[in-house]
Amino acid sequence: MSKTKGTIASASTPISRRAFGTGAAAGAMLLASGMPIRSLRAAEPLRVGVLLPRSGHLALIGQACQRGAELSVPILADLGHQVQLMNADTESNPDVGRTQAEKLIREGAHVLMGCFDSATTAAVAQVAEQKGVPFVINIGADPAITEQGYKFVFRNFPTSVMLGMGGLKLFNDIFQATGTTAKTAVLMHVNDSFGNSMRGGIEKLMPKLNLPFQIVETIAYDPKARDLALEVSKAKAANADIHMVVTRLNDAILMVREMVKQQYAPMGIISPGSPGMYEKQFFKTLGKYANYCTTNVPWFDPNQKLAKVLEERFEKAYPEESFELNIGFTFEAVLIAADAYKRAGSGNPQALAEALRATSIADRVMIGGPIKFNEKGQNENLRSAAVQNLDGKPTVVLPTESAQAKPVFPMPDWKARGA
Amino acid sequence: MPLELYLNVITGGLLTGLVYGLMALGLSAIFGVMRIVNFAHGDMMVAAMYAALVLFNVQGITPLAALPIVAGGLFLVGYVLQRLLVNRLIQATEHIQFLALLGVAMVITNGMLMAFGPDAQGVLLDYSFDSYSFGPLILDKVRVIAAVVAGMAALLLWAFFAYTRIGKAIRACADNLTGARVVGLDVDRLYAVTFGVGAACVGVAGCLLLMLVDVHPHLSTDYTLLGFIIVIVGGLGSLGGALLGGVVIGLAEALGGVLVEPSLKSMFSFGLLILILLIRPEGLMGKRT
Repeated sequence: MSKTKGTIASASTPISRRAFGTGAAAGAMLLASGMPIRSLRAAEPLRVGVLLPRSGHLALIGQACQRGAELSVPILADLGHQVQLMNADTESNPDVGRTQAEKLIREGAHVLMGCFDSATTAAVAQVAEQKGVPFVINIGADPAITEQGYKFVFRNFPTSVMLGMGGLKLFNDIFQATGTTAKTAVLMHVNDSFGNSMRGGIEKLMPKLNLPFQIVETIAYDPKARDLALEVSKAKAANADIHMVVTRLNDAILMVREMVKQQYAPMGIISPGSPGMYEKQFFKTLGKYANYCTTNVPWFDPNQKLAKVLEERFEKAYPEESFELNIGFTFEAVLIAADAYKRAGSGNPQALAEALRATSIADRVMIGGPIKFNEKGQNENLRSAAVQNLDGKPTVVLPTESAQAKPVFPMPDWKARGA
Repeated sequence: MPLELYLNVITGGLLTGLVYGLMALGLSAIFGVMRIVNFAHGDMMVAAMYAALVLFNVQGITPLAALPIVAGGLFLVGYVLQRLLVNRLIQATEHIQFLALLGVAMVITNGMLMAFGPDAQGVLLDYSFDSYSFGPLILDKVRVIAAVVAGMAALLLWAFFAYTRIGKAIRACADNLTGARVVGLDVDRLYAVTFGVGAACVGVAGCLLLMLVDVHPHLSTDYTLLGFIIVIVGGLGSLGGALLGGVVIGLAEALGGVLVEPSLKSMFSFGLLILILLIRPEGLMGKRT
């Protein structure tokens, strides 16, 4: 992991007797001189306690989020915000997250930020509320987190209901934009807690949204599957118009590879919101066959200047890694905290929380209106986008106001992809 | 369910089963001769997959072209491992053999984790996405090549044991160890060659599997377990049984997956294992003791 100038270690630093004496003397002189404390505070950088799962089973995503946090320091410095990160690893474990949050508060964090997974986020939200320290959630979709009446918790990420609704509604938008409607779909999903909760959500929300197609077959596959030949054969036999998928990265690659081999070309391969198909490794492994796969997720707004700056800096710093939504939302979480700190003029928790409540940031990186929080601390101005792989790059095709290209549906047959 | 689906799934299961069978051949040959169960079997195969991957990434050698190199390398590894470690365990109790080989397995897996990391890696060949169409039947080109090579390798192994002097001598050791010693056979060396040949089989299977699946260090446990299921179903120590066991398991997984639920396909191989242990404990082609 690259070192960033603004980063400080979370471990407490021992203070020597001499350093203590010097500090005490300086403090006494300062008090004696009558220098206003407030101006000193303004020069002090915002200390953000970053809580992310950088090890354990969520390590890969935690590290992706961390990249967003690391990049925020120099970018925000250019915008006049001084930020110091206090990094802590939640080890993909809510109990560790809670302990780390308490430690960060003891060590002087002005604001907490994290934690990617809902369980840890909920645990840290309790600590933040108890200690009265503001907590900005980068990612964590459980709706219950912002339903507790917390005063110090702010979430700039859609709830799972918002995600599901947004992802499914876009199917209709794709049909309208292309003038082609699908009648049937096969749902193929990874058989783990994420895949099953997505499947449950889809089955629950579809009747409410009045979508024009029906799911004719649902196929669950083992997350550790060595190949997906059988699963794809079964999906092909269902002869549906759309291949709806809930994947992770490796299985998404196995699935499309097998679809090409078995010459199974539905009208579209569309995910209502899951990782895999927009990631760099997907393009690298599948080449031209990665094109036209679509994922409906919250995404970067290509019209936002800040999104371009972030992408440029990211590609320079991490050329091998995927520039995806985890990075964007983590960056925005630090931006929100820094913006509030500037307006509050101090690191006082009450003042910071008040400033966070009054947030209104129009110049952001993700698609949606200005970042604002409702009385529960939830940002409702968030929107999913249809991100289609075009010319070897994830491209926003919907909503129209943010689109970089028009959606392609139905997708061309595998054999018509050229060299 | 349409006939086309069954046709394709059965053919796919059959082709994959042949590669599985080749993998289990090595395990069966070693057990048949030395009565040692190689618990590092899957780990050796994953190591072979990494060897083929490195040759592809660094030298651009395809897994098929790398086959003799990897098989030769694994033969040497097997030979040396037998001489240095396994030979000392032949007279030891079974749990000592089990623990020692499990230790070897752990060293290999963790070594691969350190060297290559936990992420899955694969090779992209010119024909990775190609398939042959025969009416409704679509055959994955890579799977066909892998199955044909696996069949050829199995045939070579059979010829080695049936026609070569050294192969016959190894069989003599398996049939009557005392007799083999009386006629002056160098049993230690023959055991080392057997372990080497078993490892070479694993090397060939590793190269072929790399064309079919992406490799990561934790794959080894799955393949050790799969190897055991196959040889128990086919008959411990029987070469033909290992190949048949592979095909049967490949077919059972494919048909079970399509009839019930794909994510439950492993259940069918384990179910078959329990069934065989209940009704024919010596395996499909094993000898009754």
